[in-house]
Amino acid sequence: MKWIKIEKEDFPRGLKALAETYQCLGPVKGEKYHDFKVLDENRPPDFDFLNTPLSPKFLVEPQSEILFEYTLDEKKEDAHILKEAQKDLPPRLVVGIRPCDAAAFLLVKRNFDTEKYKDPYWVRAYEALTLFGLACQTPCAACFCTTAGGGPFDEAGLDALMVDAGDHFLVKILTEKGEAACNTAGWENVVEEKAALDAAALLKETAESKIASTVETDNLKQQSTTALYDAPFWEEVSFSCINCGTCTYVCPTCWCFDIQDECYGCSGVRMRNWDSCMYPLFTLHGSGHNPRGTKLHRVRQRFMHKLKYYVDKYDDGIQCVGCGRCVVSCPVNIDIRRVCNLMNALPDPSTVCPV
Amino acid sequence: MFNPYLPYPVRIEEIVTETEDKNLKTFKFAFLKEEDEDKFAYTPGQFAELSVAGKGEIPIGIASSPTEKGFVLFTVNKVGVVTTHLHAMQPGDIMGIRGPLGNWYPWEEMEGKNVVIIGGGFAFTTLRSSIVYMLHPDNRPKFKDIHVIYGARTPGMLLYREELASWEQRDDIHMHITVDATTDPGWKYNVGFVPAITEKKAPPGDEETYAIVCGPPIMIKFTQPVLDNLGYAHDHIIMSLENRMKCGIGMCGRCNVGKEFVCKDGPVFTLAQLNTMPKEY
Ligand SMILES: Cc1cc2nc3c(=O)[nH]c(=O)nc-3n(C[C@H](O)[C@H](O)[C@H](O)COP(=O)(O)OP(=O)(O)OC[C@H]3O[C@@H](n4cnc5c(N)ncnc54)[C@H](O)[C@@H]3O)c2cc1C
Ligand code: SF4
Ligand code: FES
Repeated sequence: MKWIKIEKEDFPRGLKALAETYQCLGPVKGEKYHDFKVLDENRPPDFDFLNTPLSPKFLVEPQSEILFEYTLDEKKEDAHILKEAQKDLPPRLVVGIRPCDAAAFLLVKRNFDTEKYKDPYWVRAYEALTLFGLACQTPCAACFCTTAGGGPFDEAGLDALMVDAGDHFLVKILTEKGEAACNTAGWENVVEEKAALDAAALLKETAESKIASTVETDNLKQQSTTALYDAPFWEEVSFSCINCGTCTYVCPTCWCFDIQDECYGCSGVRMRNWDSCMYPLFTLHGSGHNPRGTKLHRVRQRFMHKLKYYVDKYDDGIQCVGCGRCVVSCPVNIDIRRVCNLMNALPDPSTVCPV
Repeated sequence: MFNPYLPYPVRIEEIVTETEDKNLKTFKFAFLKEEDEDKFAYTPGQFAELSVAGKGEIPIGIASSPTEKGFVLFTVNKVGVVTTHLHAMQPGDIMGIRGPLGNWYPWEEMEGKNVVIIGGGFAFTTLRSSIVYMLHPDNRPKFKDIHVIYGARTPGMLLYREELASWEQRDDIHMHITVDATTDPGWKYNVGFVPAITEKKAPPGDEETYAIVCGPPIMIKFTQPVLDNLGYAHDHIIMSLENRMKCGIGMCGRCNVGKEFVCKDGPVFTLAQLNTMPKEY
């Protein structure tokens, strides 16, 4: 595996060269928090952040996205016929994405890139990305990535992993896409692998040791779906939830969306928008019947989807990367770590004395 | 890349008002491009998204049978935004169909077996498709006895009345049409709720007999114990679910029942499967 070294003072020069080929994005400091934005000379990336409150999932699944366009003008021959909206999709380079957010794309990909159907909007946007991850050397208090299947130096889904080594970045190039971007940037200062590995390993160990919170997931697969569904704790878990949906919007692995038509005069679009299982409208039938009509149903759906249905469906861990955003953002402190542990520890109903 | 969200353009050829309350209409569509009809190759039990530009899309069961060529049929109950708009549309209007979507009734498994169709209210659409399909000369020899128990509130609320009458005349299908109540002295068929008629008319359940049950929740609730008494195994009772849908292809996340998406893994499930799933439908 190839390691290179990028002097921090050389970084802007490399980005400038990259901008000829890529649309470059990275964490940018706003008034209140960091967010992923298009970079240019006046808007450099700022790597002094813990995690962005909003995940960068919008790079692949924008909050609102036009799918089709059409005209309702009867005088036009193609009135009422949908046309795929034409989009400009340049190759995009994201610098400074956290390993958890990059890994989240891989979990979500299972939903959008299937054998039977491919979501062309998602797949194209994802394929256009080159991801330069930034290892987490100061994880947040709510992070639990190491027990959620990842880690602060995790490489899954990344094209290159950058490690902050003081005045320079040590960069592990992971894919051909990563290599190509380094060549474009002129980042070609190859370092000896053994030395780089040793330096990175030490930093990795320190970072991992700082992650204090954990989830237990070993039992989830063998738990019975109906027993978990009927578990006694949902009433208490959901009691304080206000169904605001914040947890689902900040989550890098929540992908649910709505499809809506909008018209202005005779021209219209069919678009998709982020949606949330926290809202009653999400499942409301035209007849008025609602299979998830109470907030208990909806809170349970969020956790069951991430921690049981997904686990059963793909047999490769939970639908959560442990970024801790929902824990931090929830106004009433509902904590997925606690719920996960409750679910994992639910006693087998057949062994519980009914009295 | 194939875009599974893009509907095939269609023209409304004909609109038939089915029921006396005028709330159900059957739409006959023809594809604007001939090749789209081949791409829309479907199997009875599947559904499609009917797409109206400016209004949205709705999942509706396919009421025609693949043995009927040159058109597709859908029967739509007027409830909300899209269905109300659809009811106001006219022959000649252009709209879209996206699909076929979902799975279908287990035709291969049912080959050589008896099939009992039990339907109530307007959930008879994919059952019509199934009956027309099984009665086609190419397919009829593949099945043993066919029974149909179909009920509505009143005679005027039955769908496809002319076809029902013509099936009544045949000797290769046992029809048991019923209404909850009627004041019509000319009514020649059964009076009573679907579960009661099922109890009286359905053949006993065995390895060789499958029941396909579609109807309002109340009908299903009271029909199930009847089928249990008749000896139907839960993996021989086949049902079709409806949940609110958008994408229809397992992506938007709303229609799940447990880990299954009704749109992609369903809408057809056996009762044995449903017994292991949360009751979120
Ligand atoms: C597999 C399947 C087959 C169906 N077959 C038929 C049929 O043959 N005939 C028939 O009349 N109806 C059928 N339905 C129900 C039909 O889809 C709804 O009545 C219809 O979507 C209501 O749309 P609306 O815009 O008029 O209602 P609104 O309440 O205004 O709904 C807004 C949107 O919500 C969604 N939605 C609302 N209710 C439902 C629902 N029950 N199921 C799915 N999506 C919903 C749709 O996207 C709809 O456009 C079927 C549903 C499913 C899932
Ligand atoms: S953020 Fe908290 S209160 Fe809001 S919907 Fe999620 S769990 Fe409920
Ligand atoms: S309708 Fe979107 S997942 Fe089923």
